[in-house]
Amino acid sequence: MKSILAYLLLFAVATANAQDRYQAAMKQQVGLLDSASTFNPASLNALSNTFERIANAEQTQWLPYYYAAYCLVNEAFMTQDKTKVDPISDKAALLAEKAVALKGADSELSCLLSLIAVSRIAVDPMTRGARFGTESAELLEKAKAQNPENPRVYLLQGQNLMFTPEAFGGSKSKGKELLNVALQKFTAFKPDSDIAPRWGEAYTKELLKMNP
Amino acid sequence: MYKLFLPLVCLLFPLAMQAQTVVAGKVTDARKKPLAGVNISLVGSYDGATSAKDGSFSFTTSEKGERLITATLAGFASIEVKADLSSSAPLLLVLKETVNELKMVTISAGSFEASDEKKNTVLKPLDIVTTAGANADIVSALKTLPGAQQVGEKEGLFVRGGTGYETQTFIDGMLVRNPFTSGMPDFAARGRFSPFLFKGTTFSSGGYSAQYGQGLSSALVLESIDLPERSSYTMGIGSVGPSVGIDKLSKDKKKGYGFEMDYTNLWPYFKIMKQKQEPVVAPEYLNASGNYRIKTSKNGMLKIFVMGTAGRFGFKGESLEYPGSKEEFRLNNQFVYTNVSWKESLGNGWKIQLGTSYSTNRDRITMDTLGKQPEPTRIKTRQDLSQFRAVLSKNLGKFSVLRLGSEYQYGTEASKFNHFEADFVDSYTASFAEADVYITPRFVGRLGSRYEYSSLLRSPNIAPRASLAYKLNAKSQVALAYGEFYQKPEPQYLRFDRNLGYMRATHYIASYQHISQFRVFRTEVFYKQYRDLIKTVPSYSNNGKGYAKGAELFWRDKKLIKNADYWISYSWLDTKRDHLNFPYEVQPDFAAEHTATLVYKHFIPDWMLNLGATYTFATGRPYYNPNRPQSEFMTDRTRNLNTLGINVNYLTTVGKAFTVFVFTMSNVIGNEQQYGWRYSSDKMRRSMVGPMAPRFFFLGMFMSFGIDRRQEMIDRQ
Repeated sequence: MKSILAYLLLFAVATANAQDRYQAAMKQQVGLLDSASTFNPASLNALSNTFERIANAEQTQWLPYYYAAYCLVNEAFMTQDKTKVDPISDKAALLAEKAVALKGADSELSCLLSLIAVSRIAVDPMTRGARFGTESAELLEKAKAQNPENPRVYLLQGQNLMFTPEAFGGSKSKGKELLNVALQKFTAFKPDSDIAPRWGEAYTKELLKMNP
Repeated sequence: MYKLFLPLVCLLFPLAMQAQTVVAGKVTDARKKPLAGVNISLVGSYDGATSAKDGSFSFTTSEKGERLITATLAGFASIEVKADLSSSAPLLLVLKETVNELKMVTISAGSFEASDEKKNTVLKPLDIVTTAGANADIVSALKTLPGAQQVGEKEGLFVRGGTGYETQTFIDGMLVRNPFTSGMPDFAARGRFSPFLFKGTTFSSGGYSAQYGQGLSSALVLESIDLPERSSYTMGIGSVGPSVGIDKLSKDKKKGYGFEMDYTNLWPYFKIMKQKQEPVVAPEYLNASGNYRIKTSKNGMLKIFVMGTAGRFGFKGESLEYPGSKEEFRLNNQFVYTNVSWKESLGNGWKIQLGTSYSTNRDRITMDTLGKQPEPTRIKTRQDLSQFRAVLSKNLGKFSVLRLGSEYQYGTEASKFNHFEADFVDSYTASFAEADVYITPRFVGRLGSRYEYSSLLRSPNIAPRASLAYKLNAKSQVALAYGEFYQKPEPQYLRFDRNLGYMRATHYIASYQHISQFRVFRTEVFYKQYRDLIKTVPSYSNNGKGYAKGAELFWRDKKLIKNADYWISYSWLDTKRDHLNFPYEVQPDFAAEHTATLVYKHFIPDWMLNLGATYTFATGRPYYNPNRPQSEFMTDRTRNLNTLGINVNYLTTVGKAFTVFVFTMSNVIGNEQQYGWRYSSDKMRRSMVGPMAPRFFFLGMFMSFGIDRRQEMIDRQ
């Protein structure tokens, strides 16, 4: 009897320990995303790899896949040689799909998929702008329906409007309005946990500062 | 108690219990080149590393013993190796590249492709629309590519010493009869099909696939668009008339329909800009088309396209035969084209493609020398073509594919010249088999053969085709092509002599191309042998012959000048032929020895302005001067051709509509363009063949209203 109790206790401790280990590792890696020194293609790639390793080891957690894809899409944006973008975005999409399979429909994941669509425009803006611009906008509408309080929806919508030429439906002023909405939502936003997506506030401020 | 305590300690203080092991090593590709960014991972743990620039990696782990280590990198096959962690020997990992579209060799000899879907193409569909001087006409845009001649007096693509008749147009695999608007003799007419209808355009200047036949020189293969990206309405108004269009995509994105209509009237333009000939019937055209596309399954798609055109014009000009008199030419044309195609994946690597098409073209022509002939000449012609096509394809192994197909065409030609009638009917069947065999991903061979039978010629032919391509490195490849091509003689000869046989051409092509992100370089040399060409003198026969050989260069650069894109084409052509009434082999009147074009496109993002210019040069072409003895047949040359076309596009928004203002002008410098000379039958007078006016300009505005959610979203703000 004693020993059964002991093993039950052991199991609980083991689970808690694994959970702690996951939380701790994730917290440490997610923390790296707050540092500006992470934002270069090589570091983002390495960080994505780390998240992917955690994801593969855990197998049931969607967040490591989410962050692995998020790092890659940022790498895609920062990659100068645009011929290299498609393979990176392809991999990001693959990881994002894994996250969707684990988590289901989610506002943060719709935002991520929208970012991936935008990353593909730069390869050939003239022929890809219409297709991926539309896809990105549709995904953001979906993200908004899934959680209207998600500040990243408004940040990305605002960013898209700012960087789309006016002749194709962009607007600096409307983009700024949306960024301001995003700022309000950021102040009200409470992440689900200390490893849940919370990025974007500083970037929103930066965008607003760049376009007074 | 001990029993319990010990494992607890192990669990709670694993670091205290287990020593850290360092795992280090290097990752390279099969050629020992270090690979960076490889994710090395100890299976079941978080431990691992990303390889550095020199391929090296190192990480610490508390795991022990023999464990699985994986290495993954996009573009390479992942590997899994067993490694003994206690061993201090560095791990040497080798990753093999996976083959993707970009790394694979493609059949390239003789063909220029414009596609959004495929990578490694020389052009994009947008390039066809934005080429200055082309006025959004597919054929005019393709004339800026090597291999095409600058023939301005006849419609069609004159490729590598071939006539315009030797180039056939195919839409979704099916032959198009009358792809050009009916025009006047000595004036080239526009193509009937808008470039916006197609997602892919392949211009083959020779050695093309066994899937297509009946073109001695070249094939223009057009692939219609699938579903639109989003719904939209379009409206346009230009100096030649208005246009409207709807393109609707269903909510589930599985079906869509479209309708387009445009009306062109050149009367106001001709009132302002004087033409060589005086219009007596306002040149006007009404064009309407509709399409319906539905996804029948995950891979299946049904497309229906219907188009109808009605046009008429009349011109009055100086008579060459009767000085001081006027000659009139009036034409009425109706054209209907339908195309239904269906494709589906049958599973197990099999795919099917079925298509049917019907077209009818009617022309009524009146020619009159005013006050001279007792009665005007009246010509009525009608061409009908019905066809069916079925193609089965099967994937063989990873990359290779086998295609088997059959087609049937039933064509009728009716013509009435005053009271003289000449009609004929032809049932044409063809079958082909073709295989793209990838010996390695870098080396492909395409072998095919085509069997054709024409009931009119009462004879079959077998046309073998072969193509090889080898990829030298990531960016460059070499290719060779060979093919036999047969074509029925032109209807005007078949009408009078039913004993004629196929004309025949044999192509040999060698090419080299280098494609990088911003640059394309291509060069080709070719030799083409013509046999069994039609002779009309001394009597109708297949005794004509000829050859064409040449070298071509193409260079495109999007990097040298910021926001600019330019390409240069050069063609050298040496061709002679003995056909029709030629006394012996000479350079024909549709062939120039040197042709060069420069296409320049410049985008100014701050002003949303697109500027384009196309400069064309061609050396003089031969023309027939009846005052020369037969020994000097076709020895005269026209003046060299020099033209510059420009276009300006301004992109903006008007209200809620994306709007583009377009201005285009052909031959800005106003050079005289000599296409040839015509002589009166008494050889006393001659007149120059050239365009209706030195210049043509167009001013227009096109508006597009998106009706998708993106638009709503923008509007709501």
